[in-house]
Amino acid sequence: MNILVYLEERNGRIRKPSLEAISAAHALGGTVHAAVIGAEANALVEQAKTLNVQTVFAASDARLAKYSSRATARALAEIAKQANAEVVLVGATGRGKDLAPRAAIRLEAGYVPDVTAFTNSNGDIVATHPVYAGKAQMSVRVTTPVKVFSTRPNLWKPSKDAAASTPAVQNVSVSFQDTDFSEHTTALTLSQGKLDVAEADIIVSGGRGMRGPEHWTLIENLAEAFGAATGASRAVVDAGWRPHAEQVGQTGKTVSPTLYVAIGISGAVQHLAGMSSSKTIVAINKDENAPIFSIADYGLVGDAFEVLPALTEEIKKLRSH
Amino acid sequence: MNIIVCVSHVPDTTTRINVGADKKSMDPAGVKFILNPYDEFAVEEALRLRDKFKGEVTAISVGADNAKEAIRQALAMGADKGILVKGDKSDSFQVADMLAAAIKPLSPDLILLGKQSIDFDGMEIASMLSELLDLPAATVAVALNIEGNKATVEKEVEGGRETIQLDMPCIVAAQKGLNEPRYPSLPNIMKAKQKPIQEVSGAPGAKRTEIVEMTKPEKKRANKIVKIDGNASQAAHELARMLHEEAKII
Ligand SMILES: Cc1cc2nc3c(=O)[nH]c(=O)nc-3n(C[C@H](O)[C@H](O)[C@H](O)COP(=O)(O)OP(=O)(O)OC[C@H]3O[C@@H](n4cnc5c(N)ncnc54)[C@H](O)[C@@H]3O)c2cc1C
Ligand SMILES: Nc1ncnc2c1ncn2[C@@H]1O[C@H](COP(=O)(O)O)[C@@H](O)[C@H]1O
Repeated sequence: MNILVYLEERNGRIRKPSLEAISAAHALGGTVHAAVIGAEANALVEQAKTLNVQTVFAASDARLAKYSSRATARALAEIAKQANAEVVLVGATGRGKDLAPRAAIRLEAGYVPDVTAFTNSNGDIVATHPVYAGKAQMSVRVTTPVKVFSTRPNLWKPSKDAAASTPAVQNVSVSFQDTDFSEHTTALTLSQGKLDVAEADIIVSGGRGMRGPEHWTLIENLAEAFGAATGASRAVVDAGWRPHAEQVGQTGKTVSPTLYVAIGISGAVQHLAGMSSSKTIVAINKDENAPIFSIADYGLVGDAFEVLPALTEEIKKLRSH
Repeated sequence: MNIIVCVSHVPDTTTRINVGADKKSMDPAGVKFILNPYDEFAVEEALRLRDKFKGEVTAISVGADNAKEAIRQALAMGADKGILVKGDKSDSFQVADMLAAAIKPLSPDLILLGKQSIDFDGMEIASMLSELLDLPAATVAVALNIEGNKATVEKEVEGGRETIQLDMPCIVAAQKGLNEPRYPSLPNIMKAKQKPIQEVSGAPGAKRTEIVEMTKPEKKRANKIVKIDGNASQAAHELARMLHEEAKII
């Protein structure tokens, strides 16, 4: 079984969710190939050659200097055909979630979004993905010859293994059409230096229990001690204490970090919807009946204002070893 | 401007989800259904653009008879008319295919959707429609600006925003923040009852996925709770110790 993994680039680097997708591909079992698509594919091809894949397929077009989901989808579908891929994997990032369903339509393939687990018994692949905001999960079989999946970030370890031998590079010329570029990205503005909740391995989130934006240094200090991103509940975002980009939950971001620390957050279902698949959940709340404790692995019942400075020191101590 | 808004009829966010007897779908007993929250942003944007450029807003939904309620809600907000495409919505390709077939003859200038339907959380219909209708699309839109035959969208991505330019006609999927959706007023709710909803039967291509089972996630949580007994730093120390020695996170 040939599996093709799309390698997404940001600032000239292959992104972590793509490296995780390579691990997912190996776990599925098969021959893993990678697709690199861009204006200047060369630099990425060099990075891709260090990965544990058999072939790196590369498609370049100067017009891709401005990312276009449509054009990239055409290229990915054409590469999938050349690679005889039965499975196409894309990391479920902002761009990936746009790209994968497009590739599926072009390949007349069934698609499962945001996959959290696969089983494969003799080529019968069943993909699991969360539904109803994580309150349930669906196991789905794709019934078409070609199958497309997007894989949820942070669930597989990014592939670090190198291939047994250097991957072969195959350049693919894609028959782009002008209409492929009728939609393109003219700018990507990243918030400077801050780790985004959707990408972070550890998240420290604050809720209304923090009483006001002036107390956020307590959250930020703990986040820094952990090397974490900061998140927030909707109550906090609606009050204007924190930007919407930090909101975790149903109408914010869905996250699955290794560690999620919820401080002064009651644990409303809409908040849980965004973080309940975190590997370990820690809750700090002064109300021992707060619903957040029901899904916490570790909890601390008490006043956040008393405990946060001490906890920050403890974490710093542990991390300095 | 001829604007189409795709709306889906979904369980309320606070609903407890129980697995049905078929073990493949949700048990609908006692579940309250609403207009998909993200679709409210799409409807609101459509109404504002109609008021600015003149024209008409058509709300369309694929689903069973009760999906009409979502259309009614869009009409009560101010949409002009509705189309119900009767069909099974368990396979996303089929939903996109039925929507595309119903939308194509209407040759809209703009198709608006929500970024995500909060039942299956797919985030896929907008991109599928883009390919099926051969129109450009942008998703997770927190800003939309139309000038002449160009649309500019601000899309929320991890760590920031992307600015995307599209040729009209195009497809845009709305994220929270695009606008503040209005509440339907009582007179508008009454008026909506008179507005036409056309019903058609969907005839999509074959299913491309098959649901094997639906389950409730059962993650075992350690659930170890410490309390501050007058000594916050001792409690902090104990929590840190557990994270270090038991969870082995630090
Ligand atoms: C359609 C819809 C979508 C929604 N989407 C989201 C979403 O995406 N994300 C989201 O978060 N919410 C969402 N909500 C809102 C959600 O229902 C809750 O209102 C919100 O999560 C509450 O935020 P909170 O926990 O910060 O505040 P509260 O519920 O007010 O909780 C504050 C907590 O802080 C604790 N506390 C107070 N003082 C202290 C102290 N000194 N030390 C420690 N603890 C303290 C209290 O015991 C309490 O548990 C949505 C709601 C709806 C209807
Ligand atoms: N059954 C449906 N009928 C009409 N529109 C839908 C339907 N399902 C999804 N949509 C639209 O597509 C958007 C994204 O849904 P999804 O891709 O399923 O997460 C929704 O916000 C709706 O605007």
